[in-house]
Amino acid sequence: MKKYLSLLKVRFLNNLQYRAAAIGGLVTQFFWGIMLVYIFRAFYGNSSVSDGMSFQELVTFVWLQQGFLSFIFLYDWDYELLEMITTGGICYELIRPVNLYSVWYVKLLSKRVARGLLCFAPVILLGFLMPEPYTMSLPYDAVALLLFVVTLLLSLLLIVAISMLIFISIFVTLSPVGSISIFATIGEFFAGMTIPIPFMPIWLQKVCMFLPFRYTADLPLRVYSGNIRAGDAVVGIAIQTVWIVGLVILGNLCMKRVTRLSMVQGG
Amino acid sequence: MKLYMKYVFLLLKSQMQYMSSFIMMVISQFFTPFALLAGIYFLFERFGSIGGYSMFEVFLCYSIIGMCFSIATCFARGFDVFANMIRTGSFDRILVRPRSTVLQILGGNLDLKRVGHFIHSILLLVIAIMQAPIDWSITKGIVLFNMIVSGTLIFSAVYLLQATAAFWTTEALEVANIFTHGIKEHASYPLDIFPKWITVFFTFIIPFGTVNYLPLEFILDRTEGSPLIYLLIPFAGGLFILPCLMFWQFGIKKYTSTGS
Repeated sequence: MKKYLSLLKVRFLNNLQYRAAAIGGLVTQFFWGIMLVYIFRAFYGNSSVSDGMSFQELVTFVWLQQGFLSFIFLYDWDYELLEMITTGGICYELIRPVNLYSVWYVKLLSKRVARGLLCFAPVILLGFLMPEPYTMSLPYDAVALLLFVVTLLLSLLLIVAISMLIFISIFVTLSPVGSISIFATIGEFFAGMTIPIPFMPIWLQKVCMFLPFRYTADLPLRVYSGNIRAGDAVVGIAIQTVWIVGLVILGNLCMKRVTRLSMVQGG
Repeated sequence: MKLYMKYVFLLLKSQMQYMSSFIMMVISQFFTPFALLAGIYFLFERFGSIGGYSMFEVFLCYSIIGMCFSIATCFARGFDVFANMIRTGSFDRILVRPRSTVLQILGGNLDLKRVGHFIHSILLLVIAIMQAPIDWSITKGIVLFNMIVSGTLIFSAVYLLQATAAFWTTEALEVANIFTHGIKEHASYPLDIFPKWITVFFTFIIPFGTVNYLPLEFILDRTEGSPLIYLLIPFAGGLFILPCLMFWQFGIKKYTSTGS
């Protein structure tokens, strides 16, 4: 455990170095947020309520989504890991006395944490500074804020577990990133990243409930504004935990099988 | 031109060596945009219309932008990854050859998987043309064609600008994504749903308004006056590439190799 924690710390500090990239990401995310709130403004037209989500809740949703993007975004390819797989550098990893799954997990986690910490404060701050009605609002109440933090952290653990499975699948198929990115896109859709889940038809909302993706983004973002009430949020936390444990175990099993069977790409 | 064709032919040949991987990429490129499209569809199901536009009118806009984006990204790929060239020093090799730099970079890279996205856009365009309540005429057809040509030129110009910036930064400018991928996602909606300052920016600075707004209004019969203006407006937008080319030449003059 200790070695993984120290790896987490080292990678975290290492990732903090990429400040220029973080600023680039920040500008992009802020711009993205602006475009999204304007588009939704136009959709809402003159009314400010739609069943499912008020415009105010939506604006807050968008700013949180952009601010904490690296905590909840599935579409994140770690090129270092990919290169390791396709060039055969992976064999150096295999001979180390560590659990490969844990090492990768920690690497992905630290990258997301570092990027998130560099980005979230400015985006959220700008969200608060936006003119009405595009202003981000305060949390619904103290409980909502607390639940938001808890669900967000669990989201982070869950999203890394999901992306680990994607990486392991590349390991097996050696397929180019482009062709599996479609699965990431589908995942994003069911996570409520393309459009918030309350805007989907009821049957699709039900589908979302049975998939893990919703618990990586939709849950924390809507808990904050009180769109999901405290009671449901607690249930959500339980489901998140089950998914995390399940997917980590699954990932570990797959990884064991894969590394036993795999042939190292020469080169 | 003949030389460029030769480049394209060679690239095609080399990429076709990985046939199965290529086909998978194309299929993935074809289906991936459906997520965004489904999002738009559900929003219309919920809200009915956006700023006075119906769903198929937005689909028209969406498919045109999608086509421009996929063509430009396919052919101007070399500029998209140009920062790498600067960093590794391989741009020096291009400079010593007695041919135009733009030609060599265009010819150096081709992102063929975008064919998938292109087919997706054509499909949507056909659906939109059939479903949207538009009286088609030859003039409108020409305007539509001009929109696609000019949009492609503008996207390419943005890639060119992004590449030129690398002369100074020596790294890829992530911010440029706002104007390529950002526009691909958000310009699916006609420009006038946005507030004034965004409209002005995308009409006079980076002239996407000459693609997804002014001529679109003409096609949807929301304008009065001579159609001649609307035939020409997309060209004005396409001219945007000229200052970008000049900026590129200026960048080359300032260029100092990283020496690696």
